[in-house]
Amino acid sequence: MTGTIKLAWKYILFHKAKSLILIACIFLTMILPIAIAILLGSFNEQIVARADETPVVLGAEGSSLDLALHTLYFRNQPASLIMHQVADDINKDSLAQAIPIHSLYTAQDFPVVGTSLEYFSFRRLQLEEGNQLAILGDCVLGEKVSRELGLRSGDQLLTDSENVLGLAADYPLMMNVVGVLKASGTADDSAVFVDVKTAWVIQGFGHGHQDLTDETEKDKLLSKEGEPIVASSAVVPYTRITDKNLRSFHFHGKESEFPVSAVIVVPVDEKGDTILEGRFQSDESKAQFVRPASAIRQLMSLVFRVKKFFDANAILVAISTLMLLALVVLLSLRLRKREMDTMFRLGCSRDTIVSIQLAEMGIIFFVALLLVAAATGLIWFFSADLVNSWLTANS
Amino acid sequence: MACDMITIENLRFNYPRSNFELRIADLTVGAGEKVAFIGPSGSGKTTLLNLIAGIYKPQTGSCSVNGQPVDRLADRERRDFRISKIGMVFQQFELLEYLNTEDNILLPYLINKSLQLNNETRQRARELAAQMGIGDKLKRYPHQLSQGEQQRVAICRALINGPSLILADEPTGNLDPANKRKILDLLFQQSESQGQTLVVVTHDLGILDGFDRTIDFEKFRVESSAEVAQ
Repeated sequence: MTGTIKLAWKYILFHKAKSLILIACIFLTMILPIAIAILLGSFNEQIVARADETPVVLGAEGSSLDLALHTLYFRNQPASLIMHQVADDINKDSLAQAIPIHSLYTAQDFPVVGTSLEYFSFRRLQLEEGNQLAILGDCVLGEKVSRELGLRSGDQLLTDSENVLGLAADYPLMMNVVGVLKASGTADDSAVFVDVKTAWVIQGFGHGHQDLTDETEKDKLLSKEGEPIVASSAVVPYTRITDKNLRSFHFHGKESEFPVSAVIVVPVDEKGDTILEGRFQSDESKAQFVRPASAIRQLMSLVFRVKKFFDANAILVAISTLMLLALVVLLSLRLRKREMDTMFRLGCSRDTIVSIQLAEMGIIFFVALLLVAAATGLIWFFSADLVNSWLTANS
Repeated sequence: MACDMITIENLRFNYPRSNFELRIADLTVGAGEKVAFIGPSGSGKTTLLNLIAGIYKPQTGSCSVNGQPVDRLADRERRDFRISKIGMVFQQFELLEYLNTEDNILLPYLINKSLQLNNETRQRARELAAQMGIGDKLKRYPHQLSQGEQQRVAICRALINGPSLILADEPTGNLDPANKRKILDLLFQQSESQGQTLVVVTHDLGILDGFDRTIDFEKFRVESSAEVAQ
């Protein structure tokens, strides 16, 4: 270690508090804009990639961005729903594949997504263990849900009560975990997948209960003359679907009229896409036609416009910090004038004295840069997970 | 005396934008001599010390140390000459607060590349400290030392490079009476044992015992032409 570096290092070690404050100033000034840039870049990459993979989304009239985010990330329940008929019609015309999304309920705060088996092939989701959805009450867990709740195939999961004080609220349903998905690094890791019919059971459109034609249960019937039989509130629906009671589960009403929160549409070709766009953009359409990529890019262009203000702010903060550092150095030079005079009188050149000062600042900047590099590496390494957990935060 | 350590001839020096002017027609200090410069504040004692050390350059005249014309050396040569041939002791000790005793003693080796720091030098620093009675305080910082101990560290720093000339500017100015004598005795002891020339600036007339010669700047200024310019 040369004398210059040794003296600079000794000075920094002796004045630990001052040095640490300087290092912290430089570190924070640099890491904040870097962290924002990395996280925003990762956010943009992830959200745009998922949006690009989803050609078209149909949903109730309202904010196209909310609809896109709801369909992609199962967040922000839509203000109104559309009928499953929309999906049926599209599938009937063979213009596209329609995949229903019913995401209105949660289980342990993770969204319960009612869909069809086509969703798994559309998102290229593979099973880590267990089987696919087969019967009512089955659920397949995303990797994060399985990991955080410690659930595997064969376990059970109860949906959250909508309102514990509401007597008329839907009953929670005990679901059977039949499979766990491989990690995909997307919002699908944080979802509990059920068949859309199971979602309707949770919502109360379908239920199972004891056989009401049984003569021994007369007190549970309000009317049994003709059809339909009217049950009293003494008849409690099953909250768990088992092999024994599965046959008793039934739906009241037409399935095509039951609600879904969105429909993912995958046109078979460009022609189908164009026809569908025309159909759903007409005044008579009962659903909104949204291209998620376009909605998300609009969002990101707004976010990047806001980021420009942050960038300008970061530059001003950096300039202010540098000016403050310069002030600190100048004041320090005044305070250390005698020390420098002593060195000079002993035989030290002015250049060496300047070198010692520069070495002190250099070491401080070097340590700050090392910390910035380490923090940048950590942020970069965890950025995808951080952004994904933020996008799929189960709050 | 074998030869002259300091030779000054027709020297004239003044500070920029100041009325003060130092003039010395002729002054010699022999090798191994112990000389005290005395006189009131502002009489030019410290200025002359700085001229001898090559920190200042005279406007006219010459100043030689050990036969080397200090005033004619280039800046770098003067610095190298000063750090290798002259040991300096200051009134305020001027130790670096962030260096421990050992590093303060070795400071000349850290600030000038003409001196090479090696294990021998470190050993010499330890020996000097032991001779000065601070051998057990090598890892202490200046704020952990008494004033007398701090001045001992400063003397060790002046002696570490084995200079032929020691210039001490009010070395006892900040010390209590008991320490004053001890420090002076240590300086005398060191300079005598190494055959070094010792020049001490002081305005304390109570410490002049033991010096070979005393130069009173108040008289000297008149008699030997150290004059205030008109």
